[in-house]
Amino acid sequence: MTWLTLRQLRASAAGLFAVVAAVAVVLAVTGPALFRLHRADPALFFDRLSSADSFLYYAGVGAVVLVPALIGIFWGAPLIARELETGTHRMVWTQSVSRTRWLAVKLGLTALAALGVTALLSLAVTWWSSPMDGAQSTTRGALPTRFTPIVFDGRGVAPLGYALFALVLGTTLGAVLRRTLPAMALTLLVLLGVQIAVPLWIRPHLVPPVERTVAATVSTMTDITLGQDGKLTLGVTTGSPNAWILVDETVDASGRPVQLPAWFGACLPPPPSQAGQGATQAQGDGGLAACFDRLAAEGYRQHLVYHPNSSFWPLQWAEAGLFAGLSALLAGCCFWWTRRRLA
Amino acid sequence: MSTVLRADGLGKRYGRRWALTDCTLEIEPGHVTGLVGPNGAGKSTLLNLAVGLLAPTTGTIEVCGGRPADDPEQLALVGFVAQDTPTYATLSVADHLRLGARLNPRWDDAMARARIAALGLDPRQRVGKLSGGQRAQLALTLALAKRPELLVLDEPVASLDPLARREFLQVLMEAVAEHGISVVLSSHLVADLERVCDHVVVLVDSRVRLEGDVEHLLATHHRLTGPRRDPATMPAGQQVLSASSTERQSTFVVRTDEPVLDPAWSVGQLSLEDLVLTYMSPPPDLDAGARTALEVLR
Repeated sequence: MTWLTLRQLRASAAGLFAVVAAVAVVLAVTGPALFRLHRADPALFFDRLSSADSFLYYAGVGAVVLVPALIGIFWGAPLIARELETGTHRMVWTQSVSRTRWLAVKLGLTALAALGVTALLSLAVTWWSSPMDGAQSTTRGALPTRFTPIVFDGRGVAPLGYALFALVLGTTLGAVLRRTLPAMALTLLVLLGVQIAVPLWIRPHLVPPVERTVAATVSTMTDITLGQDGKLTLGVTTGSPNAWILVDETVDASGRPVQLPAWFGACLPPPPSQAGQGATQAQGDGGLAACFDRLAAEGYRQHLVYHPNSSFWPLQWAEAGLFAGLSALLAGCCFWWTRRRLA
Repeated sequence: MSTVLRADGLGKRYGRRWALTDCTLEIEPGHVTGLVGPNGAGKSTLLNLAVGLLAPTTGTIEVCGGRPADDPEQLALVGFVAQDTPTYATLSVADHLRLGARLNPRWDDAMARARIAALGLDPRQRVGKLSGGQRAQLALTLALAKRPELLVLDEPVASLDPLARREFLQVLMEAVAEHGISVVLSSHLVADLERVCDHVVVLVDSRVRLEGDVEHLLATHHRLTGPRRDPATMPAGQQVLSASSTERQSTFVVRTDEPVLDPAWSVGQLSLEDLVLTYMSPPPDLDAGARTALEVLR
């Protein structure tokens, strides 16, 4: 059974491994130069990056996100469905090997190959990107932090969970639908749905986030936004660089989320177009500090919920674990279906 | 082991449709048994149940003394050549032999290689490029080299041209003679079965309509032609299976264990095909004896 599985997987596995190995070599060759650049002057790092570096950065994220989907579509979906379509299941299931063992070896070895290829790619990309994640320009622009939804899926161990899940999902859908092409399409759709749903609703809660309520000051303020409707919103820093901020809102003394009071608008410098018109502005930082003092005195606080940078690996392991668990459940269904329902 | 295949009240349902209902059947070892019947009689379903690809909805089926495909030992006892003889198109002939060797503990590699050589197949050839007849031969080789006690073939020659069909059946017969295995094969081409089978089972609406040794059946069935006569007036020992009459002449197919001595009849031999088709047609309504044309054969 091992031989047959490897023989059937050989062509497609060789192709994917070759591409991933080539990517890994490119990253291994260009990586050391990036690290030297970062060591030389971290502050100027972003401004000194070439467009090729940025391209590789985004391509790396894309590759790590794409590979589990490819595995699900091209290894998972045909695993059982192709046999059912060509009728070869009637040949192979009547050799002296039970159906359960047939599937266990086929799925097990393919899963090992999937984990191997994904681990190699994720390792290379995570290492290469480590100086770049969250790098900021001295003037304008930045690279996404590693908490950014798509980037998070292209780093560390989470892709392993995705690869396993995609493979088992494709296999199960193939067994249930009995057709390769519909199984491929549905696998892609479900994986897309998962990529949208997990960062939005599930990932933030995998590890308890840090929750703090602080008084805003001039030094902790990051931005004040004047909306189209004239409403003012205030953002403050978490004090943890590259944190994943889930909630950053102003609350009143009783803890209810509110807008900034109307008087706060007078504290702000006018928009550039109106500059020089009136005489009442030109308040310096001293005036703004007084406004923040008044804000604190009236009971306004800033409510923060965030994952500090140190939560990255706990979140990665939690997500990988979640998908490993889902894969195990789904694999159980797949075995049951193959033994009972394909009879 | 008294039977090689025993079905009891066997039924299989797909959704709301019954593909096989209440099938009871016993097949003795050491025979080449032909399973015939009209399309939709449940032949394929019965054979797929026998090799454990399907699980019965009702009733039981026992093959070589055990439940089909219950464990690897049970799987090793039964060889199967499925309809349209499926094989892996991208694998070579040698790959298929290797597959057989890896997946079957009783695999006879020398025999498999000798067969492939005798067929003139190139082991490096990809199976997708073989002709239908060659693919069928490869599938048969896989099933034979497994060294089963029972070989089950589901319409193995249906898609082959007459020459490939003849060759396939010849190889099958040689193998059976050499290894003494029991064979059950289905076909809707009775002429093919006549060449290879010594036992026949006629399945109509998933019920066994006729079962017996081919020689015995042919010896006890006769076609009688003579002056017009009401089939109801035939002697008790002669069971009329079909009757057709013109104005002056009657032709009956009768089953009897005794020789037909009535000089009014001219007694003719039946081919297996005639015999099977007689049983596959609805039985004549003999009570309405006055009907002029009761049943038209073929």
